[in-house]
Amino acid sequence: MFLKQILAGDRGGQTLLALLAVITVLVPILNLAVPEGSPLHLSTYTLTLTGKYLTYALLAVAVDLVWGYLGILSLGHAAFFALGGYAMGMYLMRQIGDRGVYGNPDLPDFMVFLDWQELPWFWYGFDQFWFAALMVMLVPGLVAFAFGWFAFRSRVTGVYLSIITQALTYALMLAFFRNEMGFGGNNGLTDFKEILGFNLQADTTRVALFVASAVALGLGYVACRAIVTSRLGRVSLAIRDAEARTRFIGYRVEHVKLAIFTFSAVLAGIAGALYVPQVGIINPGEFSPLNSIELVIWVAVGGRATLYGAVVGAILVNYAKTTFTGIMPEAWLFALGGLFVVVTLFLPRGVTGLLRRKEASA
Amino acid sequence: MIKRVFYLFATLLLLAGAPLPVSAADGFEQAIVQLTERSFRTKETAIVSIAESGDERALPLLKRLLDGDVRYLRYARTVVYAEKAEGGYRITEVLTGEELGIKDRREAKRVVINNALRSVLRRQIASLSLNSDAPALRLAAVREMSGGLDDETASALEARQQVESNATIREAIDTALALRDLESEDKALRLAAIERLHGSLEPVATLRLHDLAEGEASAEVKQAAQNALKAIAFNRDLSGFGETLFFGLSLGSVLVLAAIGLAITFGVMGVINMAHGELIMLGAYTTYVVQQLMPNHIGLSILVSIPAAFLISALAGIAIERGVIRHLYGRPLETLLATFGISLILQQTVRTIFSPLNRSVATPEFMSGALEINSALTLTYNRLYVFAFCLLVFAALLFILKKTPLGLQVRAVSQNRAMARAMGVRSEWVDALTFGLGSGVAGVAGVALSQLTNVGPNLGQAYIIDSFMVVVFGGVGNLWGTLVAGLSLGVANKVLEPWSGAVLAKILVLAFIILFIQKRPRGLFPQKGRAAEG
Repeated sequence: MFLKQILAGDRGGQTLLALLAVITVLVPILNLAVPEGSPLHLSTYTLTLTGKYLTYALLAVAVDLVWGYLGILSLGHAAFFALGGYAMGMYLMRQIGDRGVYGNPDLPDFMVFLDWQELPWFWYGFDQFWFAALMVMLVPGLVAFAFGWFAFRSRVTGVYLSIITQALTYALMLAFFRNEMGFGGNNGLTDFKEILGFNLQADTTRVALFVASAVALGLGYVACRAIVTSRLGRVSLAIRDAEARTRFIGYRVEHVKLAIFTFSAVLAGIAGALYVPQVGIINPGEFSPLNSIELVIWVAVGGRATLYGAVVGAILVNYAKTTFTGIMPEAWLFALGGLFVVVTLFLPRGVTGLLRRKEASA
Repeated sequence: MIKRVFYLFATLLLLAGAPLPVSAADGFEQAIVQLTERSFRTKETAIVSIAESGDERALPLLKRLLDGDVRYLRYARTVVYAEKAEGGYRITEVLTGEELGIKDRREAKRVVINNALRSVLRRQIASLSLNSDAPALRLAAVREMSGGLDDETASALEARQQVESNATIREAIDTALALRDLESEDKALRLAAIERLHGSLEPVATLRLHDLAEGEASAEVKQAAQNALKAIAFNRDLSGFGETLFFGLSLGSVLVLAAIGLAITFGVMGVINMAHGELIMLGAYTTYVVQQLMPNHIGLSILVSIPAAFLISALAGIAIERGVIRHLYGRPLETLLATFGISLILQQTVRTIFSPLNRSVATPEFMSGALEINSALTLTYNRLYVFAFCLLVFAALLFILKKTPLGLQVRAVSQNRAMARAMGVRSEWVDALTFGLGSGVAGVAGVALSQLTNVGPNLGQAYIIDSFMVVVFGGVGNLWGTLVAGLSLGVANKVLEPWSGAVLAKILVLAFIILFIQKRPRGLFPQKGRAAEG
């Protein structure tokens, strides 16, 4: 009933959720039950790759929520993704226990290497999954809340806001590169063994992570859709189109912005947490400003302010990236750069915008 | 007949050999053979004539003789330098510098010296290096001696001090002599020496005074030493402060150079150009290419590359403006994305053409070296030049914007486009030229940067965020704001650095700017009036 209500008129969303439901059922079967020689068999490599794309798609949905519906071009959303990833990475590091290279049961390898004597206080609790899961949402949420609190209250908008979000992720990147921060410095966190007691290399664990990513994407989509169809969503649209006017009518613009921005950061954090166990590493490179700006282009390619467009864009661009960097790595940056120019100049409504126009004219 | 007798007489006189008119090199070569003689007296004469030969090989030979590194081949009597190696000594001929392989200790016999010879050697070495023509060599010699003065070198120093014309060297000699007097038995002499070392920045002086302040018996001397140490600490702090300030201003000038083009495109035109850093990079690569084209004129190539870089970056900028940005006026976020795409393309182009590795650009003669103010404070010339260049570029831009017809039109269009058009200003033309100007300045900044850092495809990326921060911090649309912001951020960064480390300093400055923008969203020097509402 609830679903029907929020998905009314959202053809793209309906298709997306249906597709997600199909692959959550089909993919485990194709990977686990179909024998390896069969042409229908889905390799674990493809499975993990697709799982990675799904987490990117969730991240893109989070960006589309603030950019498409609130008009905030955040150039720092990869920072929230990475923060969520680090929280998960810390849990996975603690799960290694004494199986590390140095075999120290109390300290992760890089701390032994740096000759640290005891666990820093901010690592406490990360041996519990529930605590790590809480932090995955809490840390990006708090950072976004604190940042937004200052930014929105002093009415920093438009390009200025974009640039300071970029400065935020840049500052975080520099900070995480430092060994003294206690997050593995340059190398980040890696060499994970297991999650919740399941071996990370096992096919069944991979499938479970894939399903988790698909479910998270579905739930995230529904949640965002619920927000944009609610009264809150309509106010946020009003803010996007005429911020001053909305304020004069009597809405607390700052509160609306802060709420949606924080929620979006939490979503990004969850995406990061699902991403890390699938790729097996998290390092400060994830904070690089290039990543944040790249994910904005996913949304732009897919089509702003549609939510499902973000999913399409994220998967399309990343698929292209995987293919291009495999065949001719030189050409990828040309292609990506060209994509930025072409999409902004000729496709302001993205790929899904093309489809919609056809639909409208038919 | 008389003539013939005279000739004979003259020849005899020559043969009897009062000062024989032999060339310097010959004297050196003759004397060097005498080193292989047994008699210490012969060796002494040899050492003195080597020192007086004026040959440039004399000083290293005497030094190594003192160190006991000089040997000679048993039969050939060739004097050689010996370095300990496996199975004996690695042998190098003194006269020719030729390597003769490895000989054991029976084949290569040591040139034995005794204590008397050692003091002769020291005296000769001291006066040789002290009387060299190059002031830098003399200074180095004095510095080297000032550690432990023996009587011979001290007297050589005193002799030199009477004739020395260079103030720095006189001072260094003074310090060296004062350091010797510190050890003296005579209390008055010690006190006088302390007085002379008051505030000296030589590390040795600090060390010795410290010893005195701790272990001295006489309370008076102790007190004097402590006072002198205090003065030294103060002077050192002052120099340290000067150094921090210099490095800060240098970093600041780089920031200003990188940001000032942006102050025009972003500040005056309101266009977000994320490819600005890559325009800087293009300028740096232009410098590299110009230098490759004229490898024999490094100094000239820098001067040529300034207009060349300006042209290339300006043309690239105009192409970007005409091709892309023109279609996106009034949509700043889209402009940001499109220009970011352009920056990726430019980076990859450079990477494909020049390889992803860093290229190094040679520094011309007149820019290398350093200005030494005292032993704790030296200012490198390249940074001084870049600082001056930054001010020059700033002044030129200010002039163009305030005093030329183009500047007038630029300001008119940026303040009120419709009205400017109505008055007959070709606004599109002005847009392209303004953007070209800002981009060209970025190229010129690239020339300056190529003198300070490596030239690589990522050069621009490193500066883009900093540049935006500088412009936003200074206040958009205000060139003076950019100058003040850039210099103060540079100094702030360097002041924080020793206290917090380089990376943390950068983070702190970034965090400060983020907070500052929250408080004053329009920067240090906000624009007033209608334009501010934009």
